[in-house]
Amino acid sequence: MLDPGILFAGVLNGLLAGGVYVLVAVGLTLIYGVLHIINFAHGSLLMLAMYAVFFLWRLSGLDPYAALPIVIAAAFAFGYLLYRLVIGRLSHGRDENILLITLGVSIVIDNVALLLFGGDTQTVETPYASSFVRLGAAFLPLPKLISFAASLLICAALGIFLAKSDTGKAIRAVARERQGARLVGIDVDNVFALSYGIGIACLGAAACLLMPTYYVTPSSGNAFVLVAFTIVVLGGMGSFAGAAIGGLIIGVVESLGGLLLGEQLGQIGISAIFILILLLRPSGLFGARQ
Amino acid sequence: MTRQDLLPGLALVAAIALPLVAPGYLVDVGMLVFFLAFIGQSWNISGGFAGQTSFGHAVFFGTGAYTSTILQITFGWNPWLAWPAAMLAGAIVGWIIAVLSFRAGLRGSYFALITLAFAEAFRILANSLPFTHGGLGMLIKADPRPANFQFRDPIWFYYLALGLCIVSLLIAWQLTRGRFGARLVAVRENEDAARALGIDVFAEKVKALSLSGAIAAAGGTFYAQKYLYIDPNIAFGVDKSIEMLLVTMVGGAGTIFGPLLGAFALTGINEATRALASVVPALKNVQPLSLIVYGVMLILIVGRLPDGLTVLFRRIRRHA
Repeated sequence: MLDPGILFAGVLNGLLAGGVYVLVAVGLTLIYGVLHIINFAHGSLLMLAMYAVFFLWRLSGLDPYAALPIVIAAAFAFGYLLYRLVIGRLSHGRDENILLITLGVSIVIDNVALLLFGGDTQTVETPYASSFVRLGAAFLPLPKLISFAASLLICAALGIFLAKSDTGKAIRAVARERQGARLVGIDVDNVFALSYGIGIACLGAAACLLMPTYYVTPSSGNAFVLVAFTIVVLGGMGSFAGAAIGGLIIGVVESLGGLLLGEQLGQIGISAIFILILLLRPSGLFGARQ
Repeated sequence: MTRQDLLPGLALVAAIALPLVAPGYLVDVGMLVFFLAFIGQSWNISGGFAGQTSFGHAVFFGTGAYTSTILQITFGWNPWLAWPAAMLAGAIVGWIIAVLSFRAGLRGSYFALITLAFAEAFRILANSLPFTHGGLGMLIKADPRPANFQFRDPIWFYYLALGLCIVSLLIAWQLTRGRFGARLVAVRENEDAARALGIDVFAEKVKALSLSGAIAAAGGTFYAQKYLYIDPNIAFGVDKSIEMLLVTMVGGAGTIFGPLLGAFALTGINEATRALASVVPALKNVQPLSLIVYGVMLILIVGRLPDGLTVLFRRIRRHA
């Protein structure tokens, strides 16, 4: 059996990875909660944001963490426009049609990335990439610790924004009752675009936090999309607290799966959880029963 | 008989005659078109006619490819005998996924996502289990004899793909005029109304996915015999699922000729970009262009033209 020290380190590393997943999943769950759109382009948009971080570093030497404000703003603008110009105009009717539209968007983004950037794996080199912090028996990579803390801070800031600001209140009103929101004078279409933009801005932040320890290729989106959906379904579609706890759980499951079952088979935990949750409790751990 | 009714007959004669007059390159392209149309039709039965959008049809394709290949390599079966066994395996996997998902009441996007997760789970299993040879994939020994489901002359794979395509068209044709197809369309349009009419919605959806699974699995075996190699990504990868969905959605979901039209268009665009890349060296990396075009077409078709490219043909017919 595994040494408890290794297990402990595995759990901690999983929690750290899960911290950034939380940010990815919060964006997805926000978009679902407000627009009732399952955004299949989520992984591809994250991949695009990771390339943005990579090119900022490559061309101007900007550190990924320092790039946070720029990439968040750019991702917000990209998401806002994508919704206004494409998704909002064409998405109507059955929900699987909207899913197909976002699938189309992800196919276009993935292949544009392949066309422009090539298939090579790209990484960012930072001076702190191989720094470690010792915690008991576990050595934790410093960039993962920073990213974990930053991710939770950004989620908290987003939560405060949604709770306190006028825009946040409008977003919550539309999520709760879009007809009623329209009647009290909220520009619902604009709130949709803003929410989509904020959801993608979360991906911009996640990209900055991921790049010091991850790599990016045009197919990176595929790797993240099922993880993000699993977290959101596990926590309950549209639930913020669910996304947060789900993200941490999935991070640990992924890390322990790799430790206990090996690199290849370890990945099965994510799909298995996804399938089981959908079959047994589609409303998720924290959603209301249907 | 009107002039338009002759069109499929003329197309069939042209398809049979093609290898006799065209260069080998076109025969290969034609084989790809019919093969894609065949596996697209499998998606069309459950995704088009029955309206159960799947993002993971590679799970059936891969099940077929691996079942016949394992029976052949590990157990020494003749591939022609392994073919129906692979179809049976595809039907069983379709039945299991359908019973589990529809029993749990999954519809629309949730069904699409769970099929994706099943395909991913199968891909990971194929990648890590010993009897699939893991990530190395499985190599079928080349022994080109017709009795072995291997042909020295690619023309035979062309005719086989053409035959499969015709069978799939006949199945789709039967669906547009038979009771089973009518029940599937009723389920697609409104499950509650279909139930009120006395249709066993659950049973019809399970039948549709089992049939679809058997057809996709037949495509998987064909692929394995043609290329003599499969690996987890080829068999269960998301690209295959998306390809099956794309040709059908773009061609026209729930129509007889939709997958065939979509396969023509996708292969045509693909070959055009490949030709462009070989002529203009500066464009040597334009391969992804065909999928970009196709992604845009998917967006426009779902948003604006739900009947796909078949609409264009119907318009031509109306003016003819």
